[in-house]
Amino acid sequence: MLIGKSKNIPSSEITPEKMYVNRREFIGKSAAIGAGASLGWRDFDFGDLAERRHFQKDWSKVRSELDEELTPFGDVTSYNNFYEFGTGKSDPARNSHSLKPRPWTIEVGGLCDNPGTYDLADFIKPGKVEDRVYRMRCVEAWSMVIPWQGFSLKDVIDRAKPSGSARFVEFQTLNDVEQMPGQRYSVLRWPYIEGLRLDEAQHPLAMLVTGVYGTALPNQNGAPIRLIVPWKYGFKGIKSIVSMRFLEQMPTNTWKRSASQEYGFYANVNPDVPHPRWSQARERRIGEFRRRPTLMFNGYADEVASLYSGMDLRIHY
Amino acid sequence: MTNSTFGLQSKKRLRLIFLRLFIWFVGVAPAVWLVWRLLTDQLGANPIEEVLHRLGDVSLVFLLVTLSVTPLRGITGWNEVIKIRRPLGLFGFFYLTMHFLTYAVLDQTLDFEFIIEDVLERPYITIGFTAWVLLIPLAVTSTKGWIRRLGKRWKKLHRLAYLATTLGVAHFYWQVKADTYWPTLAVLLIVGLMVYRIRGNRGRSWPQVLQSRKH
Repeated sequence: MLIGKSKNIPSSEITPEKMYVNRREFIGKSAAIGAGASLGWRDFDFGDLAERRHFQKDWSKVRSELDEELTPFGDVTSYNNFYEFGTGKSDPARNSHSLKPRPWTIEVGGLCDNPGTYDLADFIKPGKVEDRVYRMRCVEAWSMVIPWQGFSLKDVIDRAKPSGSARFVEFQTLNDVEQMPGQRYSVLRWPYIEGLRLDEAQHPLAMLVTGVYGTALPNQNGAPIRLIVPWKYGFKGIKSIVSMRFLEQMPTNTWKRSASQEYGFYANVNPDVPHPRWSQARERRIGEFRRRPTLMFNGYADEVASLYSGMDLRIHY
Repeated sequence: MTNSTFGLQSKKRLRLIFLRLFIWFVGVAPAVWLVWRLLTDQLGANPIEEVLHRLGDVSLVFLLVTLSVTPLRGITGWNEVIKIRRPLGLFGFFYLTMHFLTYAVLDQTLDFEFIIEDVLERPYITIGFTAWVLLIPLAVTSTKGWIRRLGKRWKKLHRLAYLATTLGVAHFYWQVKADTYWPTLAVLLIVGLMVYRIRGNRGRSWPQVLQSRKH
């Protein structure tokens, strides 16, 4: 299964095994909270605390089936780095109500045979949306375990048919100060930009996410659609995506532009390569007291290490 | 005549008592606030980090305010304010100690292997730790007995407060990822304070300094 040691699971098997076994219950529970939730893109008001608790209770069954506990919904949605809404961890939950995730369009362009501008609903193929539980490791040395809903980024790439010269994919976040008040301040250069090497982007673990805990992605988590690359630090998981371009040259991602000696393009979770200012050897799992050791590639080494064979990860941090 | 002098004195004493009570209130309030948030589960998803950061903030504010006392006295001519410099500084040291203990005990769960590595190899932690160590002798020698015993050397020794606070500001600035708004304010304040002390009154009040510059 994905969040455990996945030695005997082929990399094409992307739904956690136990989760899969438990899928009927999983969807049943999701439906019970009334949002057709496993689709992950219906509107849902998550603001009420009682409802949050309700969520957590419904997911307790799933939690017990996993060998690492899920991070509670309330923590996943109240402790966020999303500088477009402020630099404090609680700022996004407080300020992101101004974001309007519907209607939403995504532009696919650059070096591909099938460019176009898609409405979100056309971009998400409902039949493809699936549940995946991933670890999320922030570069700040904290981590969570989160049940996402979404689909492989590869599906979208295959549809776009990148041309032979395309070697990278670049993503951009919405750039609209009306909806994202944090963009008034130039703490980072807007819009937020992230990128992946094409082979990384085509890896089955790389995921476009539209829901969490069976509900539509809350604004503070990057509504309506975000990237999750579980073997990389969280900042690679660009939120509220409006464009996707295929490029020949490596794009400069926002944090690398901000401080290239501290944040690289690859940003693979690596306990042996410290951040210049702090150690990455351990992490605090949200909800736990004692720090736990950080795993190479965030525990997904068996699936993804081959992408980086022959590379010096101290240089390509 | 003696009566009115006595009245003035007791008024002054009363004012000083209120001032001291006020400083105690201000000094204890952040601790009460943090404990309250802890007990009512309002510290968020990462309570250790929240406590760690807030203790650091509070400590730095107290240290900067402590260093502002002498300039404030010079500018306003309000001499009594000097009487609260010691409690302000000690509260700054108290919160800094709590900040360090939160780091060592709660954040690192006393894993000394990691703490020592941090202190030796992470420059922002090195300077933060140095600031705390520098303030220990200042806290110890803040009593009247020590002031008497050290005489002129006391003043020299306690200039270390500037170094320690500057290191604290650098520590604050250094650990921020991108949003340098508050650290920048702290830098401006500490630079202003030092400029004032170096170029400033040299024992005279600002009105005197301004007066002398007119000539």
